[in-house]
Amino acid sequence: MKINDVILQTAAKIVVFIILTFSIYLFFAGHNNPGGGFIGGLMTAGGLVLLCLAYDTKTIRKVLPVDFRIVTAIGLLVATLTGLGSFLFGAPFLSHTFDYFTLPLLGKTELATATLFEIGVYLTVVGVSMTIILSIGEDR
Amino acid sequence: MSNLVVLPMLIPLLTGIIIIFFYRTPSIQRIIAGAGALLNIAVSAYLVQRVYNEGILTLNFGGWMPPFGISFVADMFSALLVLTTSLVSTACLFYAFKSIGEEKERHHFYVFFQFVVVGVVGSFLTGDIFNLFVCFEVMLIASYGMIVLGGTKLQLRESLKYILVNVVSSALFVGAVAYLYAIVGTLNFAHISQRVAEVGQPGILTVSSLVFLVIFSVKAGLFLFFWLPGSYKAPPAVVTALFGALLTKVGIYAIIRIYTIIFYHDQAFTHTIIGWMAAATIVLGALGAVAYRDVPRILIYNIVIAVGFIMIGLVVANQQALEGAIFYLIHDMIVKALLFLLGGMMITVAGTPRLAEMGGIIKRYPALGWMFFIAAMALVGVPPLSGFVGKLLIVQGGFSGGWYWLTAIGLASSLLILYSMMKIFMNGFWGEEKYAAEDAEPVSLKGMLAPAACLLTISILMGVGAEWVYPYISQAGEVLLNPQLYIDAVLKE
Repeated sequence: MKINDVILQTAAKIVVFIILTFSIYLFFAGHNNPGGGFIGGLMTAGGLVLLCLAYDTKTIRKVLPVDFRIVTAIGLLVATLTGLGSFLFGAPFLSHTFDYFTLPLLGKTELATATLFEIGVYLTVVGVSMTIILSIGEDR
Repeated sequence: MSNLVVLPMLIPLLTGIIIIFFYRTPSIQRIIAGAGALLNIAVSAYLVQRVYNEGILTLNFGGWMPPFGISFVADMFSALLVLTTSLVSTACLFYAFKSIGEEKERHHFYVFFQFVVVGVVGSFLTGDIFNLFVCFEVMLIASYGMIVLGGTKLQLRESLKYILVNVVSSALFVGAVAYLYAIVGTLNFAHISQRVAEVGQPGILTVSSLVFLVIFSVKAGLFLFFWLPGSYKAPPAVVTALFGALLTKVGIYAIIRIYTIIFYHDQAFTHTIIGWMAAATIVLGALGAVAYRDVPRILIYNIVIAVGFIMIGLVVANQQALEGAIFYLIHDMIVKALLFLLGGMMITVAGTPRLAEMGGIIKRYPALGWMFFIAAMALVGVPPLSGFVGKLLIVQGGFSGGWYWLTAIGLASSLLILYSMMKIFMNGFWGEEKYAAEDAEPVSLKGMLAPAACLLTISILMGVGAEWVYPYISQAGEVLLNPQLYIDAVLKE
C-alpha cells in the first residue's frame, strides 16, 4: 500500500530551502559570530536528510547525482591545499592572511583565506554525513 | 623555521586524499601510493641529515610563536623514528600490492594505510600534547578501518574489542590533558616542561604523569596488553606487520617523551613503577611466546616482550641505557615488520598458521627460510646483526645504573625469544614437507620477498654499520638526557 504523504512533501520543499539558506548563512557567519564550516555542513546535510525522509534515497540520488565520497575527498584536498598555499609565499604551513576588497553589491568586504579552509571543512562534513546516512539507508 | 618538518606528514596525507578519487581503479592507486611512499623516504632521510647538521628544527604553524600556536619539533629522536616509519611502511605497502587483493583495494585499503602513516608521523613530530591526541586519533581511526576491512567473523569480533579499548583509553587521554591543563595552563611540551620545573613536580603532577602512563601503556602494550594478542591476530599479515611495527611504538615514544621532557623530577617513584611494569611485561610476554604453537601468536607475544625491554632503557635513564632504548626501538620496528611479513608468507605457503601442520618449507622456499633465520637471529640479538647493539647498550647501562634484577630479566628473556623463534624455524622449515592441501602447487612469492629483503638488508646494515649509525643515536639520546636543549630550541627563537 502506498501512503499519500503530499503534505510532508510539500512542506519539505519549502522548509529545505530555508534550512539550506540558513546553513549557508551560518557558514559565512563563522568568522565573527557563532557558526562556521562544521555546523554549516551539518545543517546542509540535515536539509538533505529531510529530503530523503520526505521522498526516498533513490529520488535524492537522481536529484543530486553526486558521489559523496568524492565530496569528502575534495573537501580534504581543499583544506590541505590552503595550508600548502603558504609554501608559495615562503610562510610556515597553515599561515593565513586577509585583506579588504570592494565588491559589487556587498561594498567593502573582508576576504580571508581561512574561509577557503572552512570550505574544505564544510565539504568534508557534508560528504561524511551523507555517506554515512546513504550507505546505512540503502543496506536493507 | 622550516616547512621541511611538516613534509613527512603532508606527503602521505596528500597521497591518501588523492587515492580516494581513484577508488575504482586499483592500478592507479598503487602507482600513486608507491610514488608517495618513495618520495617520503627521501624527504625523511633529508630531514634526519638536516637535524644532524643543524640541531633541533621547529616549525610554528601559521607563524604563531610556540606557547600560543601548534609547533612541530624534529629532534633527532623524532626524525629517526619518522625515517624508520617511512621505510617500514613503504616495505609493507609494496608487500600489500601483491598480497592484499583487489576487493580490499577498491574499499579504500590504501587510504586507511596512508592515514595510519599520517597519524604515526604526526605523533612523532608534534610538540603539543593536544595535537598528540589528535594524531593518535587519526592513527587509531584509520587502524579501525584496516582491522575490520574484509569483514570476516573474526575481524568483526576483534575490531569491536579493539575499538572499545581504544575509545576508553582515548577518553582517559582527554581527561588527563584537561587535568594537566588545569594545573599548568599550557599545552606545549616545552612550556609544560618549564612550568613543571618551576614548581618541582609536586604530588599532583606525579599523579597526572601516572594517568598518562596508564593511557600510553594501553596504547603501547606495556603490561596492559590484554587486548593486543586477540586484535593483532585478526587482520591480514601485512596489516599486522604495520600495526606491530608502528602503533605500539607510538605509545612507547609518547611514554619516553613525557618522562624525559616533562615529568623527570620524581624518578625514584615514577621510574620504579615503570620498572615493575616492564618486568611484568617481559615475563608475561615470554610466557605467551613460549606457550603458543602458531606463528602469528608467537610473533605477537614477541612484540610485547620488546615493549618491556625498551622500557628498561627509560627506567635506567642514564646515557647508555637511553641510547640503547632508541637503538633497540628503531631495530625492533624494522625487525618486527620483517618477521610479520615473513610469517605472512609462511602462512600463505603452508595454508595454515599452526606449527603442527607445517613443515619442510625450506625445501621449496630456501630464500624465505634463511631470511626468517637471519631475522630471528637479529631479533634475539646475535652479534653482527642489529638487535645486538641495542641490547648491549641497555644491559651495560642497566648494570652500571644499579638495576640488576630488571636487566637480568631482560637478558634472560633473550633466551626465551630464541627458543620461541627456533620453535617456528625448526617446526615450520625443517622436517618433512607438510602442506595443508596435499601436493599443493608452489605459491609464487614473487614481489613479496623483495620488500622483506630490503628490510632485512637495512637491519643487517644497522648492525654491521653500528659505528656509522651511532652518532645519530647519540645525538637523539643527548636531547632526552637534557630537556633544556629541547626547551631552548622551541621557546627561544
